[in-house]
Amino acid sequence: MGGGKYSFLSLAKNALSGHKNWQPAIRHPEPKARYDAVIIGGGGHGLATAYYLAKLHGMKNIAVLERGWIGGGNTGRNTTIVRSNYLLEPNAHFYEHSLKLWEGLSADLNFNVMFSQRSVINTCHTPGEVEATMRRYNAMRLNGIDAEFLSADELKRRVPDINLGRDGSMRWPIMCAVSQPRGGVARHDAVAWGYARGADSLGVDILQNCEVTGFKRGPDGALQGVETSRGYIETPKAGVAVAGHSGHVMAMADIRLPIESHLLQAFVSEPVKPFLDVVVSTGALHFYISQTDKGEVLLGGGLDGYNSYSQRGTIPNIEEVTEAAVEMFPNISRLKWMRQWAGVMDMTMDGSPIIGKTPVQGLYLDGGWCYGGFKATPGSGWCFAHTIAHDEPHELNAAFTLDRFGRSAVIDEKGAGPYAKAH
Amino acid sequence: MMLIPCPHCGPRPETEFVYGGDANVKRPDPTAPDAEWADFIYFRDNPKGAHRELWLHAAGCHSWLTVERDTVTHALGSVSYTKDSAE
Repeated sequence: MGGGKYSFLSLAKNALSGHKNWQPAIRHPEPKARYDAVIIGGGGHGLATAYYLAKLHGMKNIAVLERGWIGGGNTGRNTTIVRSNYLLEPNAHFYEHSLKLWEGLSADLNFNVMFSQRSVINTCHTPGEVEATMRRYNAMRLNGIDAEFLSADELKRRVPDINLGRDGSMRWPIMCAVSQPRGGVARHDAVAWGYARGADSLGVDILQNCEVTGFKRGPDGALQGVETSRGYIETPKAGVAVAGHSGHVMAMADIRLPIESHLLQAFVSEPVKPFLDVVVSTGALHFYISQTDKGEVLLGGGLDGYNSYSQRGTIPNIEEVTEAAVEMFPNISRLKWMRQWAGVMDMTMDGSPIIGKTPVQGLYLDGGWCYGGFKATPGSGWCFAHTIAHDEPHELNAAFTLDRFGRSAVIDEKGAGPYAKAH
Repeated sequence: MMLIPCPHCGPRPETEFVYGGDANVKRPDPTAPDAEWADFIYFRDNPKGAHRELWLHAAGCHSWLTVERDTVTHALGSVSYTKDSAE
């Protein structure tokens, strides 16, 4: 492991030497002329892919190419929620596999990703929402995934600060709720750093400030290498895991995607004493809330609603999310927002991701994560590594192909139709 | 907050409008092959930069507008009635 194995003993040793001898967790190598595979995108997904390629598939001569710095895109711009509460079979099995990897991740990586299984609770506000949610949570149980039903009174006992709205203070009072107790949150930076350190120690070159500017293809159309800002790299295989930037990276290989890039915002308040020890989310009012270990109230909502790569949100959405949050948690009404940010979401036309092969031999795509990418990080890397190593998908990601859109085999969790912003 | 200059109502906040997506996609002929229909329904250029897109002035004159907008800076270019450019 980079910097040696972290343990109580290594902490004690370094403490005794005044913490002056800690070694860097990853190397900063120069690019080699040739790799057996490169991963484009040094976010959680790309780094996880490299880690599992090296660890499970024996591919050690590989590199991760990152335009900026690792974990600086959507990995550092999300609300860190982890869950697997899906209705449709492909989603349920894939996200549950990912959740199981989360459960052993800190030990596997020898790096504390601070995964806290504090429950993810969804509130229901209309009879239609109650029925749809009950159907989904029953489907989870049939798939062997933990799911609980909570009456409004049980919810109030679990989350004392929540306003049920029975006194007329909410336009849509809370009727009941559901919970996935194994859901929770993790430390976003630690996930990127942990996977990077793990991959690096297995020999993977992590090349930062290395932007891919083109693909070189042979007479048969197959991939031969990638042009980068740090020179040409020969490689027969490239996996693209660049989230919101999937569209123009794949355009360099003349591939159009069923994707629009949209903004999703999140914000944190000033830190306050602990009052909320679960994640609460509501589809009806369109927001989700949790409290970070630092005490900040962390909120997110829906998309801004139009194509954007700006990485900054606009005011109307902040207003909408804040209104909803104050209605459900009146005690936060006087908190000040401290930071606000937005990520570029690669929204697919069916709301489900793409992990698989592309029309170009040797080029693979892991994208279209909509706003569910963070929780998928371990599962995505695991499945993408399998796909790249074997040149065919694993059973768990076999349904998430790019060509499903031309075959009417879409995986539309909400039945919202072919509108990127509707998912 | 974007102010979209509606040719009928003047500059109005974005919250009065509903986004209609890429204005360049064209509905194929009903007899066109499945691949063309899949392309129309699902696939987009999704450019980083200049984008021609549709907006409905839902809380105003209810016109469909064709708007040129930069997807990185959100700077607005020309705004016109979609019916004027419809084929």
